[in-house]
Amino acid sequence: MKRARLAKLVVGVVVLTAGLDSLAVPGKASAKIDRLILSKLDDLGIPPSDPCTDEVFLRRVYLDMIGTLPSAVEVRNFLESKGSNKRGDLIEELFDRSEFSSYWALKWCDLLRVKAEFPSNLWPNAVQAYHRWVQTALACNMPYDHFARELLTSSGSNFRVAPVNFYRAVPKREGEEISQIVALTFMGMRTDGWERDKRLGMAAFFGNVGYKKTAEWKEEIVYFDPSKQFLNPETNDPVVPRFPNGDAATFPADQDPRVVFTDWLVDSEIFAQSIVNRVWYWLMGRGIVHEPDDFREDNPPQNQELMNFLAREFVSNDYDLRHIYRIILNSKTYQRSSIHNEGNLSDEVNFSHYQVRRLDAEVLIDAICQITRTTESYSSQIPEPFTFIPENQRSIMLADGSITSPFLDLYGRPPRDSGYESERNNTPSSSQKLHLLNSTHIQLKIMKNQQLLGMYYQQPPNKGGKQQKNKKPKVAYRTPEKTLDRMYLSILSRFPTQEEREVAMMYFRESKLNRRDAATDIVWALLNTKEFIYRH
Amino acid sequence: MNTQDYINAFGNLTRRDMLRYSAAGIGGLALGSPLQASAVKPGKAKAVIQIWMWGGPSHLDTFDPKPEAGADYCGPYTAPIATNVDGIQICQRLPLLAKQADKYSIIRSMTHGVNGHETASYITQTGRLAGTGDVFPCAGAVVSRFKGVDAGYKGLLPPYIVLTKPQGRFSESGFMGLRYKPFATGGKPSASVFSVEGVVQKGITQARQQERRQLLHDLETYGRKMNGNSSFAKMDRCEEQAYELILGDAGKVFDVKTEDANLRERYGRSDFGASCLIARRLVEQGVPYVTINYGGWDTHKKHFDIMSNKLTELDRGFSTLLEDLADRGLLESTIVWWGGEFGRGPKIQWSAPWNGGRSHFGKCFTHVVAGGGFQGGQVIGASNEKGMEVADRPVYPWDLIGSMYEQLGIDTTAQLPHPQGLDVRVSPTEADGMTFGGRLREIMS
Repeated sequence: MKRARLAKLVVGVVVLTAGLDSLAVPGKASAKIDRLILSKLDDLGIPPSDPCTDEVFLRRVYLDMIGTLPSAVEVRNFLESKGSNKRGDLIEELFDRSEFSSYWALKWCDLLRVKAEFPSNLWPNAVQAYHRWVQTALACNMPYDHFARELLTSSGSNFRVAPVNFYRAVPKREGEEISQIVALTFMGMRTDGWERDKRLGMAAFFGNVGYKKTAEWKEEIVYFDPSKQFLNPETNDPVVPRFPNGDAATFPADQDPRVVFTDWLVDSEIFAQSIVNRVWYWLMGRGIVHEPDDFREDNPPQNQELMNFLAREFVSNDYDLRHIYRIILNSKTYQRSSIHNEGNLSDEVNFSHYQVRRLDAEVLIDAICQITRTTESYSSQIPEPFTFIPENQRSIMLADGSITSPFLDLYGRPPRDSGYESERNNTPSSSQKLHLLNSTHIQLKIMKNQQLLGMYYQQPPNKGGKQQKNKKPKVAYRTPEKTLDRMYLSILSRFPTQEEREVAMMYFRESKLNRRDAATDIVWALLNTKEFIYRH
Repeated sequence: MNTQDYINAFGNLTRRDMLRYSAAGIGGLALGSPLQASAVKPGKAKAVIQIWMWGGPSHLDTFDPKPEAGADYCGPYTAPIATNVDGIQICQRLPLLAKQADKYSIIRSMTHGVNGHETASYITQTGRLAGTGDVFPCAGAVVSRFKGVDAGYKGLLPPYIVLTKPQGRFSESGFMGLRYKPFATGGKPSASVFSVEGVVQKGITQARQQERRQLLHDLETYGRKMNGNSSFAKMDRCEEQAYELILGDAGKVFDVKTEDANLRERYGRSDFGASCLIARRLVEQGVPYVTINYGGWDTHKKHFDIMSNKLTELDRGFSTLLEDLADRGLLESTIVWWGGEFGRGPKIQWSAPWNGGRSHFGKCFTHVVAGGGFQGGQVIGASNEKGMEVADRPVYPWDLIGSMYEQLGIDTTAQLPHPQGLDVRVSPTEADGMTFGGRLREIMS
């Protein structure tokens, strides 16, 4: 680990800073998180669950951080590792995986409504540019204030200055609609609950966003248009721009009001609070303020001190998102078992145990593809230019919300219509069950990975050193015990228990199915267990 | 509302009832907000079969021929044919549909003016204008809300089924969410075994299904440790429901081999023909909304080559569906709705790169409705002499969809469930800033 970090030092100054901070801080800050959570649990008389095992931690942190299942080899290596800080080291390794930025770009593109077709109508080229920009920002850990500033204040071509697409992915290109999206995205607030004056005051910052076409097909320039003005839709009078805290903003007429607003925003308390709360929600399954995009006075944080602490950490670490991930992931609170005890069975809101959540649609199909060594096909023949996604590309890397599949739809992939977190629907349904239990789609995938089913091809023995050309390789099977270990490691990221081993062996022996079919059924069963379908 | 609240609200339900009512049947999720009794009453129509002409079919080359407009408009289709209704002519490539014209009415004055697929698809299927800040549900999702599980539908088959793929373009269920999305069958309807994803699987015997299920339960180690977790309890109910469908007879509806061979021939052995037949069978089983997602109508190039094949397929499937529904007494209670997101440019694009293609055309196009209380044998509205503009009685998508809701007994002023609790109604009104042509009173009995 030390060596890896040293290697990074030469890469660049940004990484250097982030690296040094993380060395010093996570232990202390994580312990502080734990104290704040425990003191609340203590007050409520709720006993926390036990720490989770290494195998559970490994699977959990892979799924939570990179939306990817650990491979059988990765499971073995981690379980065998004797490192004294192996969990913390793993967290650092996962930050550097390319899937980290892919997975979080997926989340961000949900919130930013990145979609070629209705209602965003960004069109394919701009979708690709926008997604690429988001993913790159996350890969190089762009400070979050910078990230917000780029999205909110950029001007230029939708193909060349990708963050301008923020202003194109709105249902209506008009001050009030734009400010509604800005508040939702960067303040975690829903303006439809605001007083009319407050809404209009914020909308007035976004009345000068101009759009113009170019000679290139579907290219569009987003720019500051001083000739436009936001008018009160009822009275047609000009509206004084007011920050959401009520203060009026005064600035010269040639000043882009988007910049004035963003200056205020990034220094505001709500800016830091809403993002640390989102990260907490993403990792813990429930916000300190919940829903994470519903900050309002009558929806107070479950733990005010914790909220303040995280926001302070965030600002004092220069808006470093990974710092927040890091201190949460290294906490005992994050690393608790999902299995409840007698005292915390009904606790859903105080973080006394890890909260189980169904795998996201894209993560689930990717996991199935990884296990079965198969791929999914995605394409869009409309609108032009047609988009074809390479067969081996992961579903978490899909840039365009309009490119989807029946599976992703079925498993609650968000339509990217509104930017609300709740659009991603991970509630179980019977049709989902039907699909996993009984679809040709899944059955064929399982049968395709012969290695997983324990099959291999035996070369016929050589006689006298000569290859026997006419003889085909013969299908052979590994022992059921070995096959079973492999299945468990690649599907459930652990070894089978003694009891499970007995059940499976009995199935091999007594089901009257041939080896291949029996193995298929065991894989099928494991893919249908809750342990597989859920993050736990 | 959680399950316990639900039980409290509805008194003692048996476990089986709970299964049916709670997890919202196949295709549903958790619990929907309760439906007010007044929101839906028995209507003339019980079901809708939507033939979605994905891509936008030419109105001139189907139900609104313009032989007088000249070769630049009608291409080779210069001789429209008479139908079994005096004074109504349709394209010469639709001879079988010509014999069923008394069963359907042609709306030749559909309009919304949008030429982009995605926005036009949204408008024609939701009956809403684009750019209102919310994404509204399409007609199928609304019918699923008011005639589906929330309204006491108890079938094992999902209440809103699409053959075979979801439409994409926009989210069918809009802000109402996953619960009201269609169940997409997948598979190939014309194949010897139509593998409906999740329902019909080739080669797994019932005995093996049972054995597998036992194996799954025996290996559910972690699930057992989590006894009492509400999310897992929900999942268990979903599994029980799924197995009712997998192990029961309901899936047989997709097997058309039991149908008369002549009838199957008349429908046509194409995917579209088989889909029409299966749609009839689904409606017979009480499924309230079936969409046949019929692609291939976005004919920018080689338009007439494509049409000469596809019109024959369309003619067989659609005409036989109407006749078959009528023969079984189902047409009275089943709306058949035919149409795409727009029509196609009346003026043929002869030059390269189109070389005889037709463009998108949202200003004036044609839809067809039949059954479910809509009279047949009528023409509503008219396009001008070249099919370029509405000449008489404009019909907007919201006029048509609102009329269908009325026939289904759905109160068009009832509230739709909205995730932020906003007050939104089934159909828009003038207050939404829209122009109306009026519901289709002239053919609503």
